[in-house]
Amino acid sequence: MAYEDKSAMIRILHVHKRYGSKNALRDVTLDIFDKEFLFISGPSGAGKTTLLKLLYLGEKVTGGNIIVDGQNLSRIPRRELPFLRRKFGIIFQDFKLIPGKSVYENIALVAEAVGTRRKLIRKKVGSLLRNVGMEDRADALPRSLSGGEQQRVAVARAIAGNPKIIVADEPTGSLDPESADVIMDLLRQYRNLGATIIIATHDTQRIRSTGGRVIILREGRVESACVIPKME
Amino acid sequence: MIYLLKRSLKDMLSRLFLNTLTIISIAMAVLIFSAALLFFVHADQLLRIWLADLRIMVYLKKDISEAETGHIREQIEKMPEVAELVFIPKEKALNRFRQQMGKQASLAEGLRENPLPDSFEVRLFLSAGNWKAVAPLAGQIAEMAKVEDVEYGEQWLGKFIHILNLFRMSAYVLGGIFFLAAVFFVANTIRLVLWSRREEIEIMRLFGATESFIKDPFYLQALFMGTAGGVSGLGGLYLILQIISQNTAVYVPQEFFQLRFLPLETALAILAGSMLTGWTGCFFSLRQFLKS
Ligand SMILES: Nc1ncnc2c1ncn2[C@@H]1O[C@H](COP(=O)(O)OP(=O)(O)OP(=O)(O)O)[C@@H](O)[C@H]1O
Ligand SMILES: [Mg+2]
Repeated sequence: MAYEDKSAMIRILHVHKRYGSKNALRDVTLDIFDKEFLFISGPSGAGKTTLLKLLYLGEKVTGGNIIVDGQNLSRIPRRELPFLRRKFGIIFQDFKLIPGKSVYENIALVAEAVGTRRKLIRKKVGSLLRNVGMEDRADALPRSLSGGEQQRVAVARAIAGNPKIIVADEPTGSLDPESADVIMDLLRQYRNLGATIIIATHDTQRIRSTGGRVIILREGRVESACVIPKME
Repeated sequence: MIYLLKRSLKDMLSRLFLNTLTIISIAMAVLIFSAALLFFVHADQLLRIWLADLRIMVYLKKDISEAETGHIREQIEKMPEVAELVFIPKEKALNRFRQQMGKQASLAEGLRENPLPDSFEVRLFLSAGNWKAVAPLAGQIAEMAKVEDVEYGEQWLGKFIHILNLFRMSAYVLGGIFFLAAVFFVANTIRLVLWSRREEIEIMRLFGATESFIKDPFYLQALFMGTAGGVSGLGGLYLILQIISQNTAVYVPQEFFQLRFLPLETALAILAGSMLTGWTGCFFSLRQFLKS
């Protein structure tokens, strides 16, 4: 196996993660390919969220290595961390929009944080909001939006920094089926622009309707992997 | 940069009360500190005037010869602290005495013999720092042969310097305490802001904001509080000084002793100090917060 496989965007090599005495991940080895649409599934407590957090250094591995875009995460100095994180766009089940800020400000904040030039921000945020169909609600506060609308804003925020990789933890977990379809559509569109998409979910129904590779975790181990073709 | 300013300003407006309180605490610290400093500037000025006036009078024995007088002069002039030495023959001393007596001069006229001795008037290079050198110096002179008596600056001047130094110490301690209190206030204010924005900070970090992007607005806010506190503290002192000098101008002879504000460099240093206060408070707050 070539260590530097060109087509692997992320390599996870014999990764362990312990929280105290609790083994959340055990010897996980997995390649995630460039422009892939990958699902990570499995029962509650299997370690899906943990695995995603390790990728953007939201948590540190207890053992093993993770290589993202050619960079070994255990060798990233502290001041480089922000630049690693800019490769990722993160989406949460509970959206995590900032309640006191408008839709526009929520997205603009991230655009600024990743270093978008001041002059371009207004235009950039405008086009992101159009992409997710929220241009009319730019001045609304998150609490006045439906769950589906909030998640659309969260998607716009996730792609505000033009990340190579989208990491979504149960992005449709708290949405009705129609809203969930909209979100999955948006993610697919972004994949088609050349990004890698990683979604943790136990919604097997939705995996079938979308298609893609599926990794099943159980008790912290990779139990199986398979490719499910898109259902027509 | 301008944008950053706007961001911090908006933040502060949203917590106007807390920020005002913090600025007032810094202003109080600055006011007390600079008032003490101003007091010492003036006390030192007074002291310099008094010390410049201070001289040691060396009275010589009546039976002294001219050669012996010359010898004493030489010995005193050799001392490094001595700035000026004036010989006052007894005739001159008598003349002076007569002048001072004025109308009562007739009193002195009746004298058959001059009762006053020859004397030296010794002026010293003196400052508050080497004030203590006077007593041993005077003692040394007193022990010379044919010196009758030595007289120098009143005891109270020494006491005054002693008390002044005591004051100085307590002012530094008090200033230090107020400085710490102000740092604490700033740190607390910043911590509250950090706490209320913790979600936002967490999101910014997860999306790749640099540390400086996150921290700069807080430092800017703290520096602003420091500056505002410093300016209002110094401004307050200036106002107080104006009021005092308007009310005392009548009593204090201006050409002799002048009420002045702190020198520009000192005022600027105090302002820099209050900005440092803001910065320090912010530094501790951020360090504590970002660690957790
Ligand atoms: N911060 C933590 N401290 C201690 N234990 C943790 C922590 N985070 C996760 N765990 C434990 O690690 C295991 C894996 O958790 P994880 O959240 O990754 O599971 P999951 O697959 O995402 O589950 P779910 O489907 O319920 O979201 C669980 O047993 C969990 O209790
Ligand atoms: Mg989870």
